[in-house]
Amino acid sequence: MMEPHSAPTPKKYSKKPKYSKFSQQELPAWKPILTPGWVISTFTVVGIVFIPVGLASLFSSESVEEAAIRYDDKCLNEIHAQNAVAFIKNDMTNKTCTTSWTVERKMQGPIFIYYQLDNYYQNHRRYVKSRNDKQLVNPASEGDTTNCYPQDKTNGSMPIVPCGLIAWSLFNDTYKFWVNTKSLTVNKKDISWGSDRSHKFGSKVYPKNFQLGGLVGGAKLDENMPLNQQEDLIVWMRTAALPSFRKLYGKIETNLEVNDLVEIVIENNYNTYEFGGNKRLILSTATWIGGKNPFLGMAYLFVGGVSLLCAIVFILLYVIKPRPLGDPSYLSWNKNPGILK
Amino acid sequence: MRGRRRMRKIRLSKIYSFALCGKGTLEGEHSQIGGQGFSRVVFCNEEGVMQNYSDNSVRSTKYTAVSFLPKSLFEQFRRVANFYFLVIGVLAMTKLAPYTAVSAIVPLCVIVGATMIKEGIEDWRRKTQDIEVNNRKVKVHKGDGVFEYTEWKNLRVGNIVKVEKDNFFPADLLLLSSSYEDAVCYVETMNLDGETNLKLKQGLDVTSSLQDDSNFRDFKAVVKCEDPNANLYSFIGSLEFEEQKYPLSPQQLLLRDSKLRNTDYVFGAIIFTGHDTKVIQNSTDPPSKRSKIERKMDRIIYFLFCLLFLIAFVGSILFGIATKDELDNGVMKRWYLRPDDSTIFFDPKRVASAAIFHFLTALMLYGFFIPISLYFSIELVKVLQSIFINQDVHMYYEEADKPAHARTSNLNEELGQVDTILSDKTGTLTCNSMEFIKCSIAGVAYGQGVTEVEQAMDRKIGSPLTHEQVYGTESESDENRKSSDRKTRIKGFNFTDERIMNGNWVNEPHADVIQKFFRVLAICHTAIPEVDEDTGNVSYEAESPDEAAFVISAKEIGFEFFKRTQTSLSVNEWDPVSGNKVERMYQLLNVLEFNSSRKRMSVIVKDEEGRISLLCKGADSVMFERLALNGREFEDKTLEHVQQYADAGLRTLILAYRELDENEYKEFNNAFYEAKNSVTADQETLIEEVSNKIERNLILLGATAVEDKLQNGVPDCIEKLARAGIKIWVLTGDKMETAINIGFSCCLLRQGMRQIIIHLDAPEIQALEKGGDKMAISKASRESVLRQISEAALQLTASRGASQQAFALIIDGKSLAYALDDSMKNLFLELAIRCASVICCRSSPKQKALVTKLVKSGTRKTTLAIGDGANDVGMLQEADIGIGISGFEGMQAVMSSDIAIAQFWYLERLLLVHGHWCYRRMSSMICYFFYKNITFGFTLFLYEVYASFSGEPAYNDWFLSLYSILFSSLPVIALGVFDQDVSASFLNYTNKECKMSSSAGAGSSAGCSTDSLVRQWFSSFA
Repeated sequence: MMEPHSAPTPKKYSKKPKYSKFSQQELPAWKPILTPGWVISTFTVVGIVFIPVGLASLFSSESVEEAAIRYDDKCLNEIHAQNAVAFIKNDMTNKTCTTSWTVERKMQGPIFIYYQLDNYYQNHRRYVKSRNDKQLVNPASEGDTTNCYPQDKTNGSMPIVPCGLIAWSLFNDTYKFWVNTKSLTVNKKDISWGSDRSHKFGSKVYPKNFQLGGLVGGAKLDENMPLNQQEDLIVWMRTAALPSFRKLYGKIETNLEVNDLVEIVIENNYNTYEFGGNKRLILSTATWIGGKNPFLGMAYLFVGGVSLLCAIVFILLYVIKPRPLGDPSYLSWNKNPGILK
Repeated sequence: MRGRRRMRKIRLSKIYSFALCGKGTLEGEHSQIGGQGFSRVVFCNEEGVMQNYSDNSVRSTKYTAVSFLPKSLFEQFRRVANFYFLVIGVLAMTKLAPYTAVSAIVPLCVIVGATMIKEGIEDWRRKTQDIEVNNRKVKVHKGDGVFEYTEWKNLRVGNIVKVEKDNFFPADLLLLSSSYEDAVCYVETMNLDGETNLKLKQGLDVTSSLQDDSNFRDFKAVVKCEDPNANLYSFIGSLEFEEQKYPLSPQQLLLRDSKLRNTDYVFGAIIFTGHDTKVIQNSTDPPSKRSKIERKMDRIIYFLFCLLFLIAFVGSILFGIATKDELDNGVMKRWYLRPDDSTIFFDPKRVASAAIFHFLTALMLYGFFIPISLYFSIELVKVLQSIFINQDVHMYYEEADKPAHARTSNLNEELGQVDTILSDKTGTLTCNSMEFIKCSIAGVAYGQGVTEVEQAMDRKIGSPLTHEQVYGTESESDENRKSSDRKTRIKGFNFTDERIMNGNWVNEPHADVIQKFFRVLAICHTAIPEVDEDTGNVSYEAESPDEAAFVISAKEIGFEFFKRTQTSLSVNEWDPVSGNKVERMYQLLNVLEFNSSRKRMSVIVKDEEGRISLLCKGADSVMFERLALNGREFEDKTLEHVQQYADAGLRTLILAYRELDENEYKEFNNAFYEAKNSVTADQETLIEEVSNKIERNLILLGATAVEDKLQNGVPDCIEKLARAGIKIWVLTGDKMETAINIGFSCCLLRQGMRQIIIHLDAPEIQALEKGGDKMAISKASRESVLRQISEAALQLTASRGASQQAFALIIDGKSLAYALDDSMKNLFLELAIRCASVICCRSSPKQKALVTKLVKSGTRKTTLAIGDGANDVGMLQEADIGIGISGFEGMQAVMSSDIAIAQFWYLERLLLVHGHWCYRRMSSMICYFFYKNITFGFTLFLYEVYASFSGEPAYNDWFLSLYSILFSSLPVIALGVFDQDVSASFLNYTNKECKMSSSAGAGSSAGCSTDSLVRQWFSSFA
């Protein structure tokens, strides 16, 4: 190089790239070739592993005892059934209704009590956004009711705590249980997420001006109890992702024996008639897999089964009509040269 | 210093009988001065005169400090996806947003910021380069005859500068005077046209006496000349000096970026500075290149946008229906949503506007169809890929200590798509060093060297014996290069034959012929010897490397030319009688110059015994017909050897001589003198005629064979690339013969190929040219070229059915100018595409770029240009991929290339291995990207079915925005950087069957790689 003004640099170090398997892209790599042996054994292993797992989870799911009692229709007598909306909106009508249920198999405590709503869109964007998280946790932001319209302020322009549509539409049916004329205690402690109680709902925030407006949505709140103890509200405010959902109501800590007659007294307050939703009461035990949910087991069984089937088919193919490995005549351009330009 | 004095005595212009004859006149073109396009007025050496011309600093950066932010932001948001995300970011601050604004803006800032930082770093590198150039120093006249060093950037039009030996000219200069008395200087124009031979420039006589610094104290002159333009080979102007007007021609113009050689210093007046200089005018703006995949990707992104709009539209309609349903004659359905008391966004009473607003929301929500981090990930992956390219030890050139260097990482995957390679010749295919390798003297062939072509042919035949031998010699030569102390190789001389070397030629049967042969080599040339005072070694400055090789080989055999004076040449000769070296002086009577139409050169010398002889060397096509009847003794044998040499890819010249008697010479000399001094326009013709007469009745001595040394592994590489289905065009500034020779030696042309040669050397056109009627010339030329092209096309069509004969197209620069005309270029391209090889010779830098453009736009396939000199810059920038050879020459080509490699044959690895990998990695990565984002986007849409299309996202805000830029991009990036479908060695050796991915998109080669799969993917979208 004859660059005139750049002084010739002494070539003490070379610019030669350092050799390493990594920089030269020569790292050992596993490039599996799908030989019949490989494919068949992979399928077999998948089948052998998945089917027992599927069976175990299915069995476990089956062992869960669950009872679902739909009561929104049952709790209407014939007269009110004609005009359910008017009935439910009327404060004066007696909404108490009683139903009973016989335990079919033994239920080991704790028994979880859920209410299930169908066709209820807690995931509607307007609904989801209609809350103010700051107000819920911090007493100083009581007046902060952004996003809460139209449930943000009373007519007198006092801020509503907790504001927003979610809190306003709080579920307000209640259940009482008798077994063999003995009242069952329903434990309503710790039915919400611990993190919600400690971080999302303040211990010094008390309900204010709640459900005072002309239109009452759902339950009222005890103004002397801080929000982080209002567990029903906390459960309700964790909005459901799908329009059909269950929420935990409480727990029964005792066992229920076979043929126990459970009498349930329901206060049927919550208006689902207007939008054609259903209400159910669920009593369920739980196992290591959770509640009753056969899907996981079924899925394992299905995949395992298909894998085994494939393995068998491939074995048969391999035995009946073997093909040499790497036969170039099967390549697309050898198979059908006419297509190529 | 003594050497300098000695040289000074030579009026070099005497040696060159033809080249400098064409002094301009004030008539003709010069009458235009002052008119339109010729308005430049330069007041030389006048500090006070204000001149509104730009300064001499150059800038090659894309941004300045001020324009960086707005310009790079603009560049960023020109990308559809980025612009979309900007709009989304703005919208996200309104109530419409389905998620929080921060989560939408942060990713965009990260992506845009990262890309801008990358841009900034790249531009900074260019900036430092500029600073280096602008701060080079040159001596400039400061007044009172004092010259001081100053930076290039401070030069102004009209300054007088003094440029010293081996320095670059800082601007376009008007040559005033040089260290030689007649104001000549040697210029190396490697950076302009890639030619390594020295060009001679000469200043005007009136200024040639200004040889001292002090002469410039009162120097005043005015130059009027053309405006800045890109034409390197023309210059029209006039110099007003001492109230006289003198015409100026390109002969007086020293161009920026060329180098002063062999001359101690020159004085020049600056005519064009900085961006006005011809070199920089010639360089087109660096175009921002984008790979095809990226362009295809744009189409897919547009498609995704359509999908996005469609889905958002469907969603909005369904939302509208659901919302309208909310309120039935004033009765609420979903009372918990309070439809009776709603904002505009959810109001069942104003469904239409609610739906329109929802549409905007939906656009934001389903934005996850558009992979925001795609561009950035691609850029990141490309940078990592280029690091792998840079780190490849297989592309590291030990000798020059140069690894491969991917300067822009934009085009990695394009490397795997190359369809046509347009290659420069000198310095790219060849090392640009000529080596004397063989000769045929008196019908006996000497020289045992093996040429590259012979090696290549042997390899092709594949006989194991020669195979071994070839590999033996190859590794040997490699070793030779590595351990230079084993045997000091002499540049230009690669001749081994015991029969001739070390004085053994004396014992050969035709010793007298051999003596004359080497005498011709030692005398018949225009080279200038330079004697190293300390060692006594002689080195030569020759006009062309061929000539240098001849003089060097004569010296090696024992005919050492060591001194040239104005009228004589001195040679140290081995005297067979005494066995000693004897100094002989030859009186130089005339030089009959080489030019392309004569294809020969002669000198007439008188030796010490008083014998006058004419020594001639020339191309076989003109030499054999000039032999005397008694001079044809070895004709048949020589012809045979010449044929062999040509087949071996060597350049051959025929040497002959003739003794003249006194009268004959006198007669000639008178005629020659007359012709030289005639002032008519056909002076050249006259000289030619006179020369023609004397160069007859020659006696044949033999033939030389010079190898234009190919770079390592070039034939092999070209063959491999050809087997991979890549077409190779050679665009060279060289003569046609040379180009064809090289074509043979690098396997581009093969014996048995039909050559179609398009040229304008037909007699009728030459006759017209002498007439000087420009219109007529261009008309006739155009017709001639058109005729030749259509005839060739017919030939091709005719032979297509009959045989599988391959065709090669060779076209020269003049014809190319017409062939590239709008009217003809498609015809030309069609013809060229159907030929297996194409060689364009004598092409200018601009033509190279035009051809590249034609191929690129005409075939719509990826073109790759490779070159090493500044004359290739246009071509490199025009092609889809420009590859610079970072050889020993200037950095211009490398600076404007996309990827720089040190040797041509690295192209093989670059294209077949890295290109393949990068292309495959990039395409699978892009597919993967679209796949993951489309699946993700669809889950969002499907979820809306369960959320009455209200626009509630299924996932958490931060999960949404980080999904694309963080969670799901790393595995994809890993795939894009590391994935290998097949190993490097497989790619290197099996490309025969596997026509690689070079034609993906065109859809012609299915298989081998999964590219076909990728293509299906793409085609199903776009």
